[in-house]
Amino acid sequence: MSDWIEVGALADIPRLGSRIVRTSQGDVAVFRAADDHVFALMDRCPHKGGPLSQGIVHGHSVTCPLHSWVIDGATGEAQAPDVGCAPRFPVKLEGGRVLLDLASLTVKAA
Amino acid sequence: MRDGTHPRERLVVVGNGMAGIRTLEEIIKRDPHRYAVTVFGSEPHVNYNRIMLSPVLAGEKTFEEIIINDRAWYEANGVELITSETVTSIDREAKTVTGEHGTVRSYDRLLLATGSLPFMLPVPGKDLPGVIAFRDLADVETMVAASKTYKNAVVIGGGLLGLEAANGLKLNGMEVTVIHLPDTLMERQLDPSAAHLLEQDLIRRGLQVVTGANTAELVGGGEGGRVTALNLTDGRSLPADLVVMAVGIRPNTGLAKAAGIECNRGIKVDDGLTTSDPAIFAIGECVEHDGQIFGLVAPIWDMAKVCADHLTGTTTSAYRPSATATKLKVTGIDMFSAGAFSGGEGCEDIVYRDGARGIYKRLVVKDGCLAGAVLYGDTRDGGWYFQMMKDAAPLGDLRDTIIFGQGLAGASPANPSAAVAALPDDAEICGCNGVCKGTIMGAIAEKGLTTLDGVKAHTKASASCGSCTGQVEQLLALALGDDFKVAAVKPMCKCTDHDHDTVRRRLVAEGLKSIPAVMQALDWKTPDGCASCRPALNFYLMCAWPDSYKDDAQSRFVNERNHANIQKDGTYSVVPRMWGGVTTANELRAIADVVDKFAIPSVKVTGGQRIDLLGVKKEDLPAVWADLNAAGMVSGHAYGKALRTVKTCVGSEWCRFGTQDSTGMGVKLERLTWGSYHPHKVKLAVSGCPRNCAESTIKDFGVIAVDSGWELYVGGNGGIHLRGTDHLAKVESEAEVLEYCGAFLQLYREEARYLERTAPWVERVGIAYVKAQMIEDADNRATLYARFLESQKFAQFDPWAEHVAEKQIADSYRPLAEVEI
Repeated sequence: MSDWIEVGALADIPRLGSRIVRTSQGDVAVFRAADDHVFALMDRCPHKGGPLSQGIVHGHSVTCPLHSWVIDGATGEAQAPDVGCAPRFPVKLEGGRVLLDLASLTVKAA
Repeated sequence: MRDGTHPRERLVVVGNGMAGIRTLEEIIKRDPHRYAVTVFGSEPHVNYNRIMLSPVLAGEKTFEEIIINDRAWYEANGVELITSETVTSIDREAKTVTGEHGTVRSYDRLLLATGSLPFMLPVPGKDLPGVIAFRDLADVETMVAASKTYKNAVVIGGGLLGLEAANGLKLNGMEVTVIHLPDTLMERQLDPSAAHLLEQDLIRRGLQVVTGANTAELVGGGEGGRVTALNLTDGRSLPADLVVMAVGIRPNTGLAKAAGIECNRGIKVDDGLTTSDPAIFAIGECVEHDGQIFGLVAPIWDMAKVCADHLTGTTTSAYRPSATATKLKVTGIDMFSAGAFSGGEGCEDIVYRDGARGIYKRLVVKDGCLAGAVLYGDTRDGGWYFQMMKDAAPLGDLRDTIIFGQGLAGASPANPSAAVAALPDDAEICGCNGVCKGTIMGAIAEKGLTTLDGVKAHTKASASCGSCTGQVEQLLALALGDDFKVAAVKPMCKCTDHDHDTVRRRLVAEGLKSIPAVMQALDWKTPDGCASCRPALNFYLMCAWPDSYKDDAQSRFVNERNHANIQKDGTYSVVPRMWGGVTTANELRAIADVVDKFAIPSVKVTGGQRIDLLGVKKEDLPAVWADLNAAGMVSGHAYGKALRTVKTCVGSEWCRFGTQDSTGMGVKLERLTWGSYHPHKVKLAVSGCPRNCAESTIKDFGVIAVDSGWELYVGGNGGIHLRGTDHLAKVESEAEVLEYCGAFLQLYREEARYLERTAPWVERVGIAYVKAQMIEDADNRATLYARFLESQKFAQFDPWAEHVAEKQIADSYRPLAEVEI
């Protein structure tokens, strides 16, 4: 079951940038690509826990600021040859507002 | 000179340019011992590639790179070379020539290759200082020198040569206006549509273009009577410190006329390049053949072969004019024109236009055959069309798709190597030198050639304008398979095939002013680059256009975006600037208060003599900065590819060994250089005596005081590959230290590749190069320094204060939302 939570306006996230949403289960990074596609990942690189929200966004991917792993926003998977996965969260846009489905975190919290 | 028992015949060549020497090469190829040869040249140089003067002016090539025959070649072939002496008379009775300095040589055969003279408009003021033509190396040197002193240049003539001159002057920093009498540029090569695109491209590069403009007079009255303005007949007046006339050439026939050789517009020659005197031949731009005169190199190479045939005893060959093609040698502008492009009776046009991408192609078909082509913006198929025009074969069904080019017209595969493989042996590869595919493949096989240089040396293919280099490399690959490695170009990253230097050169040359513009123009393969190329492009753009480029925060690495150093746990470290490593009780008190207030876990003194506050949470950064700002401290840029610190020792103020005030010098250097971004981090140091306590000899720019002044060192670093500095210079005054430092840093900023520190950069280019640029060339040092100061006007602001003051930026350090789960 999905549970959409409004986290802010698309305009609050810079193009090719990211903002974080703080939760009791850790930070979630919300990214905005050049084409205004939005994707959300746990703000922890699967490599050494680097804050993905601080990386450089390109295409629908982000490069981690600590050791330059490239994480695919669609799957959360690291680009080969690196192996690892950052949890990803469904996102939808409604009239310029950004909504996240953090149900997978809720399950973890319960 | 004697060869065995037979005296050699004497051949005198008047003119040491491309036409004369090419004929000589053809003669030597046919019969190396036939003649004892003397060459007279008016210029002081060996034979160079006049076509490539434009790239020399544009700073893309050096003179050494455009030399065709060096002195060793003349010596090896026993050719007597007399430079800097113009031949002033021919005595046809006595068969001698006499030079302006009195040198006399007798001849059995005489070859006139006197070239052409630039046509100077007969307007008042045409002889003023500062009014020149664009013809030889001396003109290039005059233009480069003028660009260092003067601001405004006007080029008269919007043809091939005029536009290349204008582009070169612009790249040398001048404000350039091109005035052109007809209504469209390059009207002899381009139709109005293509000319319009060209004009737009030139305007985008910052050139002014005035068409339909007629020069009335040139006005003097500047320093030493120099030209100051150009007045048009419509009353407009353009400021001009330099006027370059590029309105055409006329054959240089004076010598021939005076000797009674038959001349019309040029020296009249027959199909064997013989003049009215059977002992005298003529070739190149000085001749008139069948009513035609010449300005492009391709027909002249054909003439050289025929002329050499006749001079070595083969008299059956005959010169026949062939179609010529033109390309503009302005980096980044692709233009091709050939044949009868203007259409007319019985001609049909096929036009392809993509205005948004600046592509225009027009083919002219006459009697079912391709008769002309104008290509702008995409010239890849120029060679293919040109070959079809020469073949004059009926197009047939190809007419339906020919406009889409070789790749899509179904004639050959789209793969460029396959396309080259599919060409017939007589297809011309090098238009400048008339070298066809078969000749190149033959030379590769017979001479065992494996490199581009080898092919150039043996066939001359790609040795003139170089635009066929790609095809020649494909032929090498075709012949050698995997044994051929294309000259290593290391792409910037996977997003592009271009290397750093190419990207940078084109970005400047083409006036590209944003990351998307660069990616568009240079065919980036990804929509918005990657974490490797975006920061590099951001820096290159900032360096090229300091006054207008808007820094792109999203193309900055995290540390430069957040103005603090990210640590392994995602917190940040904060380093306030301490000028020259000097601090005060007030600053220390403020730092202590900040540490307490924000519970900063760790405080450490850095290697560069600054104080590092470690473990600051991201959302606390703006508040920490606000408190430090309030105590008068600004960002120390300890996080950036930027000027980091100037390390100092205490110097003569306290130290019993100190010879100069090293601390004071360090503070001045840091005030000069702070805020500047670089390809990589930059560290400075000033030591007060040769004991070198500030470790100046492992810094990017290090200063060591001595009793009589300051020793300057560059290119050192600690790090993984320890490198001691190279000595740059010794100077006497503090002002000189500042100037040399600024000039060195600007040279590094403009020429090193992104993420290349000064140490590997100096190793790569050599300290001799650095010295040539800024020690031996004081003018260049001054301009580098001026550009550094100009750039600093826009760089010296405190990013911390800015991020604190702008609410939207300050807010972005906080979470977008906090969510209860």
